[in-house]
Amino acid sequence: MTATQTLVCLRTAGQADPASLETYLKLGGYAQLKRLVTEKVKATEIISQVKLSGLRGRGGAGFPTGLKWSFMPRYFDGTKYLVCNTDEGEPGTFKDRDIIRYNPHQLIEGMAIAAYTLGARVGYNYIHGEIWQDYEIFEAALDEARQAGYLGENLFGTGFSFDLHAVHGYGAYICGEETALIESIEGKKGQPRFKPPFPASYGVFGKPTNVNNTESYTSIPWIMEHGGQAFQELGVANSGGTKIFSISGHVEKPGNYEVNMGISFAELLALAGGVWKGRQLKAVIPGGPSTAVLPASAIIGATMDYDGLSKAGSSLGAGSMIVMDETTCMVKALKRLSYFFFEESCGQCTPCREGTGWLYRVIKRIVDGQGRMEDLDLLTDVSSNISGRTICALGDAAATPVLSFIKHFRPEFEYYIQHGRSMVEDGVAVEEVAYA
Amino acid sequence: MLNIEIDGKVVEVEHGSTIIDAADQLGIAIPRFCYHKKLSVAANCRMCLVQVEKFNKPLPACATPVADGMKIFTRSKAAVEAQQSVMEFLLINHPLDCPICDQGGECDLQDIAMAYGAPASRYTEEKRVVINKNIGPLVATDMTRCIQCTRCVRFLKEVGGMMELGLINRGEHAEITAYVDKSVDSELSGNIIDLCPVGALTSKPFRYTARSWELVRRPSIAPHDGLGSQIEVHIKDGKVLRVLPREKETINECWLSDRDRFSYEGLNSPDRLKVPMIKHHGEWHETDWKTALEFAGGHLKEIVGTHGSDELGVLISPNSTMEEAHLATKFAHGLGSDNVDYRLRHTDFRHDGKRLGVIWMGCNIPDVQEMDRILVIGSNLRNEHPLLAQRIRRAVANGAELSVVNPLDDDPLIPIKHKAICSPNDMVNVLSQILKAVSGMERLSLCLPKSLSDLLEGVRVWDNSQAIALSLTGHGETMDLISPRSAVFLGNISQHHPRYTEIFSLAEAISSLCGATFGVLSAGANSVGANLVGAMPKAGGLNARTMLESPRKAYVLVNVEPELDCHNAALAKQAIEQAECVVALTAYKSEALEDATVLLPITPFTETSGTFMSMEGRVQSFTAVTKPLGEARPGWKVLRVLGNVAGLHGFEFDSSEEVKDEIFGGEKPSAVVWRTLNNNLRELIDVEIKVKLDSDLQRVGEIPQFQSDAIVRRSPPLQKTKQVTKAVLAGIHPEQLTKLGINEGEKILVKQGTGSAILEAKADIHVPHGCVRIPGAIAATASLGDLLGEIYIERIPATAPQEEVSA
Repeated sequence: MTATQTLVCLRTAGQADPASLETYLKLGGYAQLKRLVTEKVKATEIISQVKLSGLRGRGGAGFPTGLKWSFMPRYFDGTKYLVCNTDEGEPGTFKDRDIIRYNPHQLIEGMAIAAYTLGARVGYNYIHGEIWQDYEIFEAALDEARQAGYLGENLFGTGFSFDLHAVHGYGAYICGEETALIESIEGKKGQPRFKPPFPASYGVFGKPTNVNNTESYTSIPWIMEHGGQAFQELGVANSGGTKIFSISGHVEKPGNYEVNMGISFAELLALAGGVWKGRQLKAVIPGGPSTAVLPASAIIGATMDYDGLSKAGSSLGAGSMIVMDETTCMVKALKRLSYFFFEESCGQCTPCREGTGWLYRVIKRIVDGQGRMEDLDLLTDVSSNISGRTICALGDAAATPVLSFIKHFRPEFEYYIQHGRSMVEDGVAVEEVAYA
Repeated sequence: MLNIEIDGKVVEVEHGSTIIDAADQLGIAIPRFCYHKKLSVAANCRMCLVQVEKFNKPLPACATPVADGMKIFTRSKAAVEAQQSVMEFLLINHPLDCPICDQGGECDLQDIAMAYGAPASRYTEEKRVVINKNIGPLVATDMTRCIQCTRCVRFLKEVGGMMELGLINRGEHAEITAYVDKSVDSELSGNIIDLCPVGALTSKPFRYTARSWELVRRPSIAPHDGLGSQIEVHIKDGKVLRVLPREKETINECWLSDRDRFSYEGLNSPDRLKVPMIKHHGEWHETDWKTALEFAGGHLKEIVGTHGSDELGVLISPNSTMEEAHLATKFAHGLGSDNVDYRLRHTDFRHDGKRLGVIWMGCNIPDVQEMDRILVIGSNLRNEHPLLAQRIRRAVANGAELSVVNPLDDDPLIPIKHKAICSPNDMVNVLSQILKAVSGMERLSLCLPKSLSDLLEGVRVWDNSQAIALSLTGHGETMDLISPRSAVFLGNISQHHPRYTEIFSLAEAISSLCGATFGVLSAGANSVGANLVGAMPKAGGLNARTMLESPRKAYVLVNVEPELDCHNAALAKQAIEQAECVVALTAYKSEALEDATVLLPITPFTETSGTFMSMEGRVQSFTAVTKPLGEARPGWKVLRVLGNVAGLHGFEFDSSEEVKDEIFGGEKPSAVVWRTLNNNLRELIDVEIKVKLDSDLQRVGEIPQFQSDAIVRRSPPLQKTKQVTKAVLAGIHPEQLTKLGINEGEKILVKQGTGSAILEAKADIHVPHGCVRIPGAIAATASLGDLLGEIYIERIPATAPQEEVSA
């Protein structure tokens, strides 16, 4: 049994010149925007369809999109803003990049529909700083859309106006946090704001702002075309629709795969060609480094949806699946992940600023052969002290890999500390010492 | 109101309060570093995490608004665990070397670590080191100690008006820094020392001179501007080692200007006069008090006896205490002279005898930030009234509109709604335009007296004057106010203006038509007090200007350095030079007093008791915080004995309190103050709208902040600030420079009256056309004349050696 992809957000995949307006129009693009706007479909109707679709925030937090939209104040004397978060910066995430690279117009249409629904006059798509070419593709798409009358003043002669701009970041992971992203759009140093107030009441330039992930917005035209129910039915309960999984690591065919929610892990792995070189699966980070790592035994029977992964002991995150084979040294893998969070902490609040460096240095010391057995409890303790005590979720994100790696692979860490070398590189099978 | 429970105590708090507000109200101590009641909430230190019922995560008390029925636990296991973990994080990279840190003993981190820190650190990795920054001569940095609470950043941005510090870089590399190659030049910069909860920002002049527990702390009043800031003077071994603010919400809040904070270094100046001195045959000789006083008293009496009492002039600094001003005035009157004045930097006294009362700021200090509309006329706010400027800044942040009429376009770091930047001579014209515009409004037109409306007939109202009038009367861009709370304030430049009388009466007329508060922001610490004691000519005596214009044979100077403290430096110098007898009561021996006859060492404010009356009419008495230096004596005592020596009656005082009682006639000071403060004029004053000047150029001579009085001028750290070292001595608009054919940076000959000076011409876009910015109160310009007046500029011929010209 092999699963197939369901192309909602990657609708133009396989087309010649997939990013062009022409291609998108050929596939029925912008028809939904035009319909909703010209028929003056009520915002409440649109929001109820989005709610019905079961679409949840694809940036990692999984907050129901329809519910979020309903938080935007209906009546506000001033400009409301719409923001798209294309600032995916976590190792292993690269789905939004492919959306703006191959299907930018569907994102534009999704944002325009959202703007129409929420009464936003101006929108920004904040694009990660390290994907400059894709930023240019998106800018070109914006130009096309403006020329063709899908963005700008008085669209379709209805009086509805929406200006959309692309903003490119400078490569800071923290700017993927919605309030840091807003600060960055405002021209300030990207640092998260304390919440509440949430962006829906105090966002860009202090005005009501709706922030969604790229994949979330891109799902909207499909939902409008086929109805919320149909989208929900693509997936499973609590996890409507499709999801793009960015699969990287030790698989034969790494890449983005858009599949129905609730697909089994085994099927998804098979889509990516299975573990490379015929090796055994050791562990999987299912949703990106900020989600807990799962040993093969824990994920092998799991379904890939919000509830399924939660039951397995991790979470769906942004669907950035990192597959690790039996040759992976978990101690060294954790060192690399910790280094990422250490370098990307914004430095604003104490536990994360101080704690991420502490975690990294201790893990590095273990890798350097200077580990102490009490380090493992210290790492757990420090991680727990960061978790839940910071302004934004980066603190939690930094703690999660440390806690889950040590929880699931403690013997590897103990071996490394005792011998000053990697258990895997020594060729000692994990099973011999594991899970006692 | 909301009912909440903290640690089992029920409390009623206002809507919108945060948990930390409520806890502070209850007296429950929640540890904090980044939170400060006067700054925006950052919630970044996480030290104030508390447990709240129904929340699975601890919440920061500083940023969490209370909700009705909320149950908060600040000392529960979960709360304390969270607080302890944050403390551990704060300490891992913080140097644990309190004994060598200047903050040791008065450090929030040290104190809170005693309660929440572990006895030993679990952190065994390398500690972070951060390179120190040189942010100027006032604030020392030790950036490795910084805990990134950003209080300093928020203070400079929100209170100081300019973001001179910021947090750069990410994560562990995050550090507080100034702009590249820039120092922190805010006139309020010293407050970041108080705000810093660790030893990262400390006082540069105070650094390593004493530990906090060795210091004796005594209350006093700041002596440099009219605000009356309450200060705490810290003393070790009889020497003043630092000055900190005392918290007084209605005056200085918890802040202090740099001038008030760092001027104390001038108290310990080597210039301090320690023994009386008499000049014999051009040579100074030290002497004893008895000889000096008898000589001074005898000499003055002799001159008065021979040449008439009118030959005596008494000049009193507006920073002298009420007691000193009163006794000096009484002394003059005792000798039969009415030539007394404290308004040394004024030059226009035409409204003498026409005022109804004592001139003051017209409202209380906190009222300023409640204003909807403020018009400031002739003031470099940040320079003259640093903390009042901060209140205006807050008013504007809260939606008020600020308009200015000024001969300098210096940035007050407050968004200005409308401005009229014009030459000093045009200020009267602009004000008459504003008055005309205001009176042109139907609702207000009826109130203008006929004499004024006739005068305004030919006045053409410019657009910006019209805009100022509209703003002042409540018309606004976003909202019109029927009855705005408005204020019109006159700053130092107005008071020093040769047409102060016209400015005053026009401003008063504008205010009364718009129902605005009208006031004068007085320059000296005791300007209002000196006015109240009547240290001015009463019945045709000479004023501070005429006393110098028609030189007297004898002068008594109280805390005055004539060339630096008077409106016309050259005139002051000439008058003192030619006098037969000059008795100077002074804390300093100085170049400016070289021409005196007797120097009587009196003590500065720290070594005497006395009273200052602030610009809002607040009477604040203080005692000496330390012993007089050498043989110096409090001014009031010296004046008392001088009275005795001269054989005058009514100089039998045993304490400064007795002098004060005499001033207030035994009444409650506030009753006297209430009765006497009044900015109204008895009669309308003739206003001449346009005055033809001979010269094409006018001098705008402001008094730089750190040159304002003898103490400040001798404070080395203040003299090392950029405000002083980079001061523009002859600022001319670049287009004017081109017109005059002068190159930027060229030395030019500046002539005023009989005096001249060679100064470096600088392009200065903040100076209007037809004007030259040449500050007063500095030695370089002490040979020049009026602070505001006509001036002539010449290029120095390339062939002439410069020495010859200056000679």
